[in-house]
Parts: sequence; structure tokens; C-alpha cells
Amino acid sequence: MTRASIIDWARTLFEDLDFGSVRRWLAENPGRKAAGYLPVYIPREIPHACGMLPVGIHGGGDHLEIIKGDAFYQSYICHLPRSVIELAQSGRLDMLSAVLFPSTCDVIRNLSGMWQMLYPDLYVRYVDVPQVLDHEVGTAFWREEMHSILCGLAEVSGHMPSDDDLRQSISIYNQARSEIRALYAMRRDEPWNVPTEELYLLMRAGEVVPVEQFIEMSRAYRKAAVEEPGRMRDNSRVVVNGSFCEQPPLGLIKTIERAGCYIVDDDLLLGNRFLTDDVALDGDPLDALASAFIEHSCKSSVIYECRQDGKKKLLAEKVEQAKADGVIFAAPSFCDPALLDRPMLRKGAEASGIPCIAFKYAENSGQFQQFREQAGTFADSIKLWGGQ
Amino acid sequence: MHKPADAGRSERDVYKDRSMVLQKEMIARHFERLERAPETKEPVVYTFVPGNLTELVRSFGCLPLLPEINALQSGMRGKSGDYIAEAEKAGHSEDVCTYVKCDIGMLKTGNIGPTGTRLPKPDLLLLSYTGCYTFMKWFELLREEYDCPTVFLQIPYQGDGTLSPEHRKYMEDQLRETLIPALEKVSGRPYDEDRLRRNLALSAQAEDDLVAVLHSAKQKPSPIDAYFGGVYYVGPIFSAFRGTEEGAEYYRVLRQEVEARAAQGLGPITPDGPLEEEKYRLVFEGPPNWTSFRDFWGMFAGEGAVSVASTYTKVGGTYDFGFRHDPEDPLGTLADYCSGCYTNLNLPGRVDMLVKYIEEYQADGFLINSVKSCNSFSAGQLMMLREVEKRTGQPGGFIESDLVDPRYFSAANIKNRVESYLQMIDARRAGKTA
Repeated sequence: MTRASIIDWARTLFEDLDFGSVRRWLAENPGRKAAGYLPVYIPREIPHACGMLPVGIHGGGDHLEIIKGDAFYQSYICHLPRSVIELAQSGRLDMLSAVLFPSTCDVIRNLSGMWQMLYPDLYVRYVDVPQVLDHEVGTAFWREEMHSILCGLAEVSGHMPSDDDLRQSISIYNQARSEIRALYAMRRDEPWNVPTEELYLLMRAGEVVPVEQFIEMSRAYRKAAVEEPGRMRDNSRVVVNGSFCEQPPLGLIKTIERAGCYIVDDDLLLGNRFLTDDVALDGDPLDALASAFIEHSCKSSVIYECRQDGKKKLLAEKVEQAKADGVIFAAPSFCDPALLDRPMLRKGAEASGIPCIAFKYAENSGQFQQFREQAGTFADSIKLWGGQ
Repeated sequence: MHKPADAGRSERDVYKDRSMVLQKEMIARHFERLERAPETKEPVVYTFVPGNLTELVRSFGCLPLLPEINALQSGMRGKSGDYIAEAEKAGHSEDVCTYVKCDIGMLKTGNIGPTGTRLPKPDLLLLSYTGCYTFMKWFELLREEYDCPTVFLQIPYQGDGTLSPEHRKYMEDQLRETLIPALEKVSGRPYDEDRLRRNLALSAQAEDDLVAVLHSAKQKPSPIDAYFGGVYYVGPIFSAFRGTEEGAEYYRVLRQEVEARAAQGLGPITPDGPLEEEKYRLVFEGPPNWTSFRDFWGMFAGEGAVSVASTYTKVGGTYDFGFRHDPEDPLGTLADYCSGCYTNLNLPGRVDMLVKYIEEYQADGFLINSVKSCNSFSAGQLMMLREVEKRTGQPGGFIESDLVDPRYFSAANIKNRVESYLQMIDARRAGKTA
């Protein structure tokens, strides 16, 4: 497969707001069910083990006209939930048999209640991830939560997974996470070979296709990226922070890159790599998943930072790992987690001598000129005056 | 028909009943004690209103300090605008909670509290994570300013409308394994369960009296205003005084006062004096605006509109639905309390509560004050409006303002909306009688 064919495949999936691939997967076998989830983290192994297709719901981006969604939200609430409501109210999510709402913020939390009222026949579950990182207390809680979700989804799908089913699902998602880590490492080391626009499209495709297919396409992309190398440019290397929930329009990602920045780390679609290490395949599988979350979940605005100086250090650590020159804080307007974190993160980064810029976007932002100018000036300033 | 707004009126002109004076004295004493804490060595615990564990904190001889209360008091005293500007100057987004920015701004300008006394630094930040995501960030932000431990207590959200035994155990485990050891360390005192039980018994006593006060609004005319007046009534029980003798005494006095008014068939006391005629009975959802609190109240009181029930006064506990702190099960009851706070309930539960209020209190309608700052309250309120209207057949009104950012209180717009809304109720009444 060529790079272009893989990206075309991913772009088609990304632009398909009717979730045609999910519908086709369901149509292949009338007994199949799909479970949607909102950002950021859901243990996808669980719907997978129940025989369901986990489907990421990341809003309508800049291709969806909001007709009904705005009637549900005041102007000072972020854009994501109104486009999610729009997708649902226009029938685009009617193939889902369950929807999971993780504890990302109060807007997504309350959206779970709206779903309960709008779609009383659907399995709707708010998922409180553990914020307590005490191993014993946290794992016991999270195991119980996952067990409850497992039972709920099993009832919907008609398949109660055995421990071996769960281990198999964990194993396949370990492979997916390993693939994602490899892709991110490849972009970090050779960003000219893995443009973020392409990486992002591939990640978005992974949100709607079976994980097995994603792994296959990811491997093919890595191979193609080696065989069809890009041209190295004298760009600045940046970490993008704050885009873990409502996704920026693809145009914004392209704009940052075209303005002279290589994105060498980001928190886009963070849920697919929230666990930073493999989940153990021995012992009780739910214990293993719970333990992995407590021990190996990534640092994020949606999880309590238990280290006293954790926020200060976080971006300095990321910048060092990514060998980056600076940080672009790109957060959705009215995003509590990202915007409340920003002063702490920025203060820590700047105290370490890391140049930073910040802007806000909405998933349907249509004008990129200001971002181009800001990112371009930032890239130039790094080249002229350096970073650390 | 209605009385003009009178923001410039001095405090001397404001009509206050005895319980309000009593409360003011209690608060003043508490803040004086807080100011002296560095000398008296009484440990100070910062925590939040929803899910506050005052009985436990006080059982260790610690003094609770609630940043939300400071922020709202700063808003009422006209200080919050400058504090917010200070925080935004320091890089805090204009999009986020103004309570947080008010608190940060106050801290950055000397940490002089609402009563004019200096606030002590915390010895412990007790992050009781109940019904509000922002709480987590708030104390992560404060933690950067203070060299003190932070204890995180996760209160699972009632996503399916109930508290499961597993979630209850999770909270009890955290209390036992994390919070109590932290309080022991900060205070130098061992956990004293008997003392906690005594505090819990005092809480239950105060809660009984508070509920009697809230239920009095079922009478016509209502002797209380359950929203604007209600925020005063819940002040002590939501803050530092639950589980204390003075808290219990306050609610005993308040109940007597309200029962006396009810017996005489009198309406509520407003800042301009007793309300002469109850024309509209309303249920309120959402927090009030604090920067123009008196003007806001006046827009309703001036029209003879009385709040007979409100959800905001349940953010610190849903006592009128039967919950009482139980001295026989000290940690379990604290878990139950935290879980049941209003913003920890799911949206269908919040709708149920509004419907019940409208029916039980025979309200003419309900009004939502949607505040820009608070997604925990505001996200979903437009849908709640439609659901409650559908289920009760009563008209809903929708107002937008903010907690403590004076830039978001547009008096003329809000007044217009209130008047239009009340006219709509009039029109419906006329339609029914025609």
C-alpha cells in the first residue's frame, strides 16, 4: 500500500459523518453491536471483548452544520457537545447500541444525563475513572467500575466474555498501543516522514474501524513512510498541548505545520494511548487493566496530578523527551480541563526556558490566518533566538 | 409596580431579621479565629462546600475555610471584579470559573478575606471532589502557592442516579486510608470517633430545623424566600458550622423565627422589608449572581415573586429529601452525604427534583439562572428547561449571568426577561380563567 492510498482511506473515514464503516461492519453480521464513547479514556478492551465495535465520537468537526445542537447549549459552552447532539439528533449515531461517557469534564458528564433522557432505550453509562492513585483503593474501585460496564455491555451484546476473551482483547489493544507508540516515535525522530496531518488521519480512522484493521493499516503506513520518505525542512519542533478532547479542525493542524512547525508530540485523541505500557496478560484481566491505569496512565488534565510539582515539570519532561524547541498551547474555547491547566503548565514550561504560545480554537473554526501568523512567528522566533 | 434597583443603598438601610444578624456575628467570629490561627496554632483546612466534611475536620480541632464562600462574599462586597482582572492578567483564561479567578486574585493581592481580616495559609488542602470538575484544578492551582499537603477525596458521580455499595465503600476507604491519617498528622491528634459522632448528632439536629424552614414554603404565602433568602439560611450549614453548637443554635433560632412568621401568615423578609403580597411562586435552578445580588433579588421581590424552592440551596446537601447525618455510622454517613449533594446527581435526578418542587410547593413556574462560570450546573440546563416544562406544564424562564464576574450581569436584559416571564405567567392565568 502506498502512503497516499492509506491516507485516502483514512481521510474517507474521517470525513464520513454518517459512520458508513461502522454501519458496514454491523451489516456484515446482523447480530453485531457497536458501542460509542466520548473522549478521553475508555477501556476499549471491554466493548471489544463483548464482541462490540468501539466507536469514538469526536464531534462533527468543521463539516457539520449545527441545526439542532445549538438549542441544547448556551454560547459559553464548548462546541463538542453541540455537534455530538447534532450527530445524534440527525440520526447519524443511530447504529450505536451503547454510549459511554468518561469523566473528562462536567460538560461530558452532564451530556451522559442528556443522553439518558433523549435515548432511554439505549445503554448509557457515565464512567468515573479513578482519580485516586493509591494502588489498592484505586484498583479496587476501577476494577468494580469496569466489571459493571462489562456486565452492562454484555447484556447489550448478548455475549458475556470469559477471562480468555478479555485477555485476547487486552492483547490486541496492547498491539495497537505499541503501534501508536511506534508511530509517535517515528514522527518524533523523523517528523518530515510522518506529517501530523497524516498521523492524525490515521488515528481518527482507528477510532471507527476494528482495532485489528487499524493495526494492519498502521503497519502499512510505517512501511510506506520509510519507502516514500518526505523532504526534511528547517522547521521548529513543537509540542501541542490542550487538544485532548474537542479536536481541532484538520486545517488547523495543517496550518501549524505549514507555518514552519514540526509537531513532535501532542495530546490529540489521547485516549488511544492513555495507558503508556502493555497491560499484563496473566492473572485476572480486569485487575490487570485496573492496575495498568493506576500505574501507567499518562499525565493529563483530566486526571488529578498527585505530584506536588507535577504540573510544573510536565511540559519540560515532554519537551525533553520529544527534543522539542517550544510548546503550542492549543485548546478549545471554554474547555475547563485544558484552560484551567494552562497557567500551571505554561509557568512550568517558561520557568524551564521553553518558549510558548497559546491560542484557542473550536472544532469548526474556519479561519486559520491568525493561527498561521502566530505559529509562523513562533517558529521564526525559535529559529532566530533559540529555545532553551 | 416594581421597586427601582437600589445598589447604592447602605447596609444600614437593609432590613435584616434576627437570624441574619446572628449569622453575621458567627461568620465574623470565625474569620477572626482564622486570622489568629497562625498564633493559636489551630490548623486550617481549605475545602469545598459540596462534600465538605466539617464534622470530621472539626473533630480534629481544625478550622475549615471555604474558598467558594470567600469568592461569593467578595462578589457581594464588590471586590471580585478586580480580583478576576488580577488573575486574568496572570494568564488565567476568560473562559473559566470566576470563583477560581476571584480566589487566585484575592491571594495575589494579599489574601484579605471578605470580612477584612487576613486569611491564614492552609495546613491542608482537602480536595473533596464532589460534583464539580473545576474543584480538582482549583486546588492544583492553590497547591502551587502553598507549601502544604493536599488530600484528594474522590466522590463518584451518581451517573445512574443511585449510590452503589461499591462507591460507598470506595469513599469510606479513602476516608479511612487517606484523609483521617492526613488530619491526624496535621492536627497532631488521634482520630476520635466519639467526638465525630457528637458533631454528627449536632448536624442532624440543625438539618431537622433547616428542613422545617425549607418546608415552610409550602404554605401560602410562603414565610421564606427559598432562593435569595435561602442562601442565607444554608450559609452556616454549608460552611464552617455544621456539627457545631453555634450552628445548631442558629437553626433553632431561624426555625422559631420562620414558624412565627408562618403562624402570622406573613411573607418572607426581603432587603426592603417584609414582602407584602405573594403574587408568584417560583422554583429556582442554578446559583444566583453575587455581584448584583440585591438588585437581582429586587427584580423578583419588587414584582411580588417569591422563590418557594431552589436547587442551589442543595449543593451542600439534599436534606429535604430525607438525608440526615447519622452518628451511628460515622464514615458511611459522610460518604452518603457527599454523594447526595445536588451537583453530584445526574441530570434526570435534577429534573426529578425540580418537578417535585414545582408540584409539592404549588409553584407557578420555574426559573433557571444559568451562570457562565459553572459547567457543572449549566451544561444541560436548556434541556432541563424543556423536560421540566413538558412534565409539569408550567412555564420555565431562562436567565444568563455569572457568579462573581460583574461583566456578565446585564441588569437591563435580565430585568426585561424577568418581567416578560412574569407577564407570561399572568397571560397563562388569564387564559385559564377566561
